[in-house]
Amino acid sequence: MKLVYFAWLKERIGTAEEVVAPPAGVDTVSALLEWLRGRGPNYALALANPAVIRVAVNLEYRKGDWPIRPDDEIAIFPPVTGG
Amino acid sequence: MISIRVQADDFDPGTELALVAPGDLGVGGVASFIGLVRDFGPSSAMTLEHYPGMTERQLQAIAEDAAGRWPLAGVRIVHRFGRLAPGDRIVFAAAASAHRKAAFEACEFLVDWLKTKAPFWKLEESGGQRAWVEAKEADDAAAQRWRVD
Repeated sequence: MKLVYFAWLKERIGTAEEVVAPPAGVDTVSALLEWLRGRGPNYALALANPAVIRVAVNLEYRKGDWPIRPDDEIAIFPPVTGG
Repeated sequence: MISIRVQADDFDPGTELALVAPGDLGVGGVASFIGLVRDFGPSSAMTLEHYPGMTERQLQAIAEDAAGRWPLAGVRIVHRFGRLAPGDRIVFAAAASAHRKAAFEACEFLVDWLKTKAPFWKLEESGGQRAWVEAKEADDAAAQRWRVD
């Protein structure tokens, strides 16, 4: 699945996007975040505070138990500051 | 009736206002908002990052939400991205209706909603420092008052 990152989250992880293949069982938004935290210290730092993480799956805000599939585009970013 | 644009270029507010509900003689009022970059220190510059695809989709959803809550003849949003300087225009949002109450309320709703949902992120640079703007609780509170669920 394709992951895209924005703002300071992107800077802390160190890449704007990547393709990942999480193991079976990592099939919800919250499971994905947990799995990502374990990938390295940059991920753990970027994703340390759940209160400032937002997730979009295929351009729609999703969270918690929302299921994720291998062909999804999943964006992870801080609370928005447009306008 | 609904027009959404996300672009790097500047826009002309007069032109956009004239296009909210052009030629609709049932419109009695057009309410609008322009967001601007404020000065925040020496050599200020602001860069707006965004998520192409999701920005347009979210702004369209916000406009449709407004049109479902108020009797609107037109909704128009233009949101810029990229590098901006103090005084530059960031966003235009407007709503047209037969009467002013719906136009004013819908316009405020559009701005409150887009500030918590539209995927843009502001990076401020000033005096050699750079910092990502943090989302404000006040913005969440403003959006919260429009919730019906």
